[in-house]
Amino acid sequence: MSSALLAVELAYWQQTVIRALVGLVAVLLPAGTLVYLFLFKMMSFMQSRLGPMEAGPYGSMQLLAEVGKFLQKEDLVPRAADRIVFKLAPFVVLISTFLLVLVIPAGPDLWFIDIDTGIFLALAVSSISVIGVLMAGWASASKYSLIGGLRAAGQLVAYELPLVLAVMGVVIQAGTLNMQGIVMAQATGEIFGWGGIGNPFIITQFVGFAIFIVAVQAELTQPPFDMPVAESEIVTGYLTEYSGLRFLLFFIGEFATAGIFAALAATLFLGGWYVPGLDPTSNLFNVIGPAVLMGKMILVAFLIFWFRFTYPRFREDQLQQLAWKVLIPLALANIVVTGVLKVVL
Amino acid sequence: MSRPFLLAALAEFDRLDGGEVLVAQNIAFAVVAVTMLVSAVRMVTTRNVVHAALYLVIVLAGAAGLFILLGAEFVGVTQVLVYIGAIVVLFLFGIMLTKGSFGDDDGVEGEQRLMAGLVGALVLCVTGGALIDTFGGAELSRAEPSLTADVSDMIFSQYIVPFEAVSVLLLAALIGAVVVARKD
Repeated sequence: MSSALLAVELAYWQQTVIRALVGLVAVLLPAGTLVYLFLFKMMSFMQSRLGPMEAGPYGSMQLLAEVGKFLQKEDLVPRAADRIVFKLAPFVVLISTFLLVLVIPAGPDLWFIDIDTGIFLALAVSSISVIGVLMAGWASASKYSLIGGLRAAGQLVAYELPLVLAVMGVVIQAGTLNMQGIVMAQATGEIFGWGGIGNPFIITQFVGFAIFIVAVQAELTQPPFDMPVAESEIVTGYLTEYSGLRFLLFFIGEFATAGIFAALAATLFLGGWYVPGLDPTSNLFNVIGPAVLMGKMILVAFLIFWFRFTYPRFREDQLQQLAWKVLIPLALANIVVTGVLKVVL
Repeated sequence: MSRPFLLAALAEFDRLDGGEVLVAQNIAFAVVAVTMLVSAVRMVTTRNVVHAALYLVIVLAGAAGLFILLGAEFVGVTQVLVYIGAIVVLFLFGIMLTKGSFGDDDGVEGEQRLMAGLVGALVLCVTGGALIDTFGGAELSRAEPSLTADVSDMIFSQYIVPFEAVSVLLLAALIGAVVVARKD
């Protein structure tokens, strides 16, 4: 990863250590940014208030204060709970998050793993978090948690299909599952023979982008799809019995996954680390690529959180109908049209 | 479920060690295989159904890991998506919806234990024997992992008829499930 930048040959174990550390940053930095920018500030402004202002300038140190608060709290386990499963559940969710970040490239030579299956691997490992949620819901030995866990599982299974199908259009157009290949296809693409801005797939795959964003919203169990943690019905669902560090892990997992899904959408539909007008193989992108990707990620995350703070919660039956009767047929039609056009054009 | 596959993998690795020894792969294989075996045994001996399903997750994840060790990336990822992401989730969903009590189950030690053991041994022998018989002499390409494009080319050219037959079979099963489940 860094050999092209530093012009130094690194041993495999050194590369692995660097990858692990960068991976940690790549998970925590977007999570922190999203929580501060959107959950603390944007939500407050939309509700005509200032949000946290005391800790640091404009409350920028509030995150550290929150982490400190959670770390000091007691790590409670209910007496009737299944202790081992209860304690393992947040880590299963985090494993899914950390595996998800691996496939996203941040520059021509900046990648964790450059594998052939790329986006398919991302969609596969994102489904592991469902098991963590079910474990948490069941092991808490509380009826609120169990109902929350079951709601979450039903919702995540239902919305995984539109998520996968929405990506199919991009994969057909790019002709590869590899994330680096998808970025290159957009960077070197042309719109009716004009290659000025490449061919970001959001133009041709706008339907896919819309379905992807809605499905991501549901996968993150954020409002308006937050029945699994609906606080007015079932306390906080599968999170009800968690406190202290383990609640913090679930919280980080949720926002890190939001950031990573936003980065995935930016890579699939907005051209990833590429900026129009420059040579996509240039070494410059190894320097500015991460910043470009971060900027596009924040743009997509802004959309996701805008919906989150705007719409009221769906009913359970409305949620399932939206997935099975609207999004999936629409995604299938999108695939058929894309496939036909790919062959004809 | 995992055992026949394990035998085939063991045979392959003996063959590979004939030349240059792949130390990292062998260590990784040993770790994955031992984890899988322990989880598989715990899965059938545990008295808690939810725990059994969670042990099954470890076994299936191990199988995915073995596929990746053998260079079959696409199959490994599909294993995660289909088995861990969908099938075990539906298992857990079903168990949690229907199970009344929390904790260990007393009813799992049934009289079907002997029969289950016999069926398990039979499946192990038949699939293990078939795999060794068919792939016993096959050489694994050590240079490159198999490419997804090659896999899809094979599915849609050489194996198009079995692929379509399986698709129709799955569609029939889907329609059958809807017909059985509908009340009106």
